[in-house]
Amino acid sequence: MSLLEIRDLHVAYSTSAGPVPAVRGVDLDVERGQVVGLAGESGCGKSTIAGAILRLLPKETKVEGQILLDGEDILTMTWGRLRAVRWEESSIIFQGAMHGLDPVKRVGEQIAEAILIHDPKVTEKEALTRAGELVEQVKLPARRTQDYPHELSGGQKQRIMIAMALACDPKLVIADEPTSALDVMVQAQVLDLLEDLQRDLGLSMIFITHDLSVLVGVCDRISVMYAGKIVEEGSADAVFETPKHPYTRALSSAFPEIGDERYRLLPTGLGGDPPDPMDIPSGCSFHPRCVDVFAPCPSTEPVLYDAGEGRRAACLLLDGAERAAGEG
Amino acid sequence: MPTEPFDQEPVFPEPAMADQGHALDVKHRSPRQITWARRRRALTRFWKQFRENRLGTAGLFVLSLFVLVAICAPLIAPRSATTEVTATAKDQPILAPPGHHCPQSYIQNVQDPNTGEYHTIEKPCLASEEQFYPLGTDGAGRSLFALLVWGARISLLVGLVATIMAMLIGSGIGIAAGFYGGWVDVALSRLTDWFLVIPWIALAIVLASVLGQSLFNIIMVVAVTSWAVTARLVRAQALTVATRPYVERARALGASNWHIITRHVLPNLFPIIFANTILTVALSILAESTLSFLGLGDPMSVSWGTILEQAQGAGATTGGQWWWVMTPGVAITAVVLAFTMCGFAVEEITNPRLRRR
Repeated sequence: MSLLEIRDLHVAYSTSAGPVPAVRGVDLDVERGQVVGLAGESGCGKSTIAGAILRLLPKETKVEGQILLDGEDILTMTWGRLRAVRWEESSIIFQGAMHGLDPVKRVGEQIAEAILIHDPKVTEKEALTRAGELVEQVKLPARRTQDYPHELSGGQKQRIMIAMALACDPKLVIADEPTSALDVMVQAQVLDLLEDLQRDLGLSMIFITHDLSVLVGVCDRISVMYAGKIVEEGSADAVFETPKHPYTRALSSAFPEIGDERYRLLPTGLGGDPPDPMDIPSGCSFHPRCVDVFAPCPSTEPVLYDAGEGRRAACLLLDGAERAAGEG
Repeated sequence: MPTEPFDQEPVFPEPAMADQGHALDVKHRSPRQITWARRRRALTRFWKQFRENRLGTAGLFVLSLFVLVAICAPLIAPRSATTEVTATAKDQPILAPPGHHCPQSYIQNVQDPNTGEYHTIEKPCLASEEQFYPLGTDGAGRSLFALLVWGARISLLVGLVATIMAMLIGSGIGIAAGFYGGWVDVALSRLTDWFLVIPWIALAIVLASVLGQSLFNIIMVVAVTSWAVTARLVRAQALTVATRPYVERARALGASNWHIITRHVLPNLFPIIFANTILTVALSILAESTLSFLGLGDPMSVSWGTILEQAQGAGATTGGQWWWVMTPGVAITAVVLAFTMCGFAVEEITNPRLRRR
């Protein structure tokens, strides 16, 4: 049994203009010790999935489907059980660490807070000691626990957030754009740290980012999302090197290898804007921006088709040209 | 769950840089000592900033004077002086202006039995009988100084207790409305609006007359009519705090709403509540004086408002007995002004945007 099984997840935010579907039928599995990457541009529903796993979305949001964490469905859990599961079973490294820390509390207290909430038997002193150990584990000096968030740099704050995510030995760590607010050098350091921790502790992780090139180094598998659906999944290297879906191809070519002649000839970037979630195009939601669009695309909604070597992609081109032609 | 055993003292590694003052603290002191050292530092900084504010320092000086007088009231004037008639003439209480007064001296018209003419004679005053009234006496022949001293107790007590109650109500309602949102917010905000727009003095009069005249009731009335401004202020701030990422993080940690409110929302709102508290004390003292002036105070206790009420009733304002009106009037003004000046100073420290540069 996988550690995390997401089955047919639908999430719709409720707004004054009506429900806005952000996630439209997503299946995702995370095996124990595996790192799964979730990629896609802004607004494709990546962070919504992260929020749904710990039920952190606003009350009015409609969430349907199943999220089985270690066999337990999070969506039907009682409030008390949910609070126990949060952080102890699954924790989040939030995006924008700058604001994820309470400005009026020392960072050590905030790490200890996670431990104290989940084990009332632990004394404050013991929790602070453990916080010091965790801070060392993310390669900061333990005395940093005595600092207020404003005394730390962005990279240090993100390390504190990572230490906090490990505080209760969770089975699953969700890293929601952990490097988005950092500059490139610090980003590389934080990624190295996450890789080391993942390897040493055997963590299962979901790694969310818009940067496909980051995922290749860190992840075992990658799922690419577009307009609330997974459009391609497979092993990290294969998805990045030989993308099957035109959207993945565009994403992947957005990170050219400097000096490589071949990239000069490839189409760079992707035209157009992400679709309005209130008004998703018919058929394949990607067809208005797709360079390989053909007759059935605007009318036929693709499902994930097998694309060999444990890979799947949701493109009608993979559904056999003759069948598509017959329908068109 | 953490698997490490928790059986040793917190051991922190040798600080890399010896110039990190607080890092050295960590090595030798217990967490409790560190916490107190930190609080002491914060308090020292606050005090230094407060002292730099001239208005605030002046306000604090006046305030400590009144507090000292209120605490030491029994040493300054006997309690009996507020009830006993001391200034008399022909066994009738008299209104004496500030200064020396002889209890037995009076001017009398006497008819000369021989000539039938009227003379005025003045009974001589013995040195031992002479009394000194620094602020004069009221219509009942009581020393106004004694009344002022004992009235400070009631005025400050009502002001402080009513404010604490108002703050508890206002902060509670404000945080609940801002944090929970939805229909809780709608219901509590409408309630707050209602208390904001209702003419407070009319409400206070009705409440005071329904509840009856006692010290506790007047505290209740003042508290009930002064929490709304705080509630609105706290709600606005709680709304922004509730949406900050660290609150979402705390929720993801598995924290309960109560935990989030007490550990994250309240500490972040504390500066605004604290500054507002001091300003509300000034208003509460004013409210108490107003209610007492209108005759709704506790008739058994002396407050500055009741002195004013009696002066008004006896026509002192038009009768030229200025000392009877001025004494409580100046005291009320001074204390309210002092609290306001302190409040503004604290507000300026806790809200750096107000700071003049």
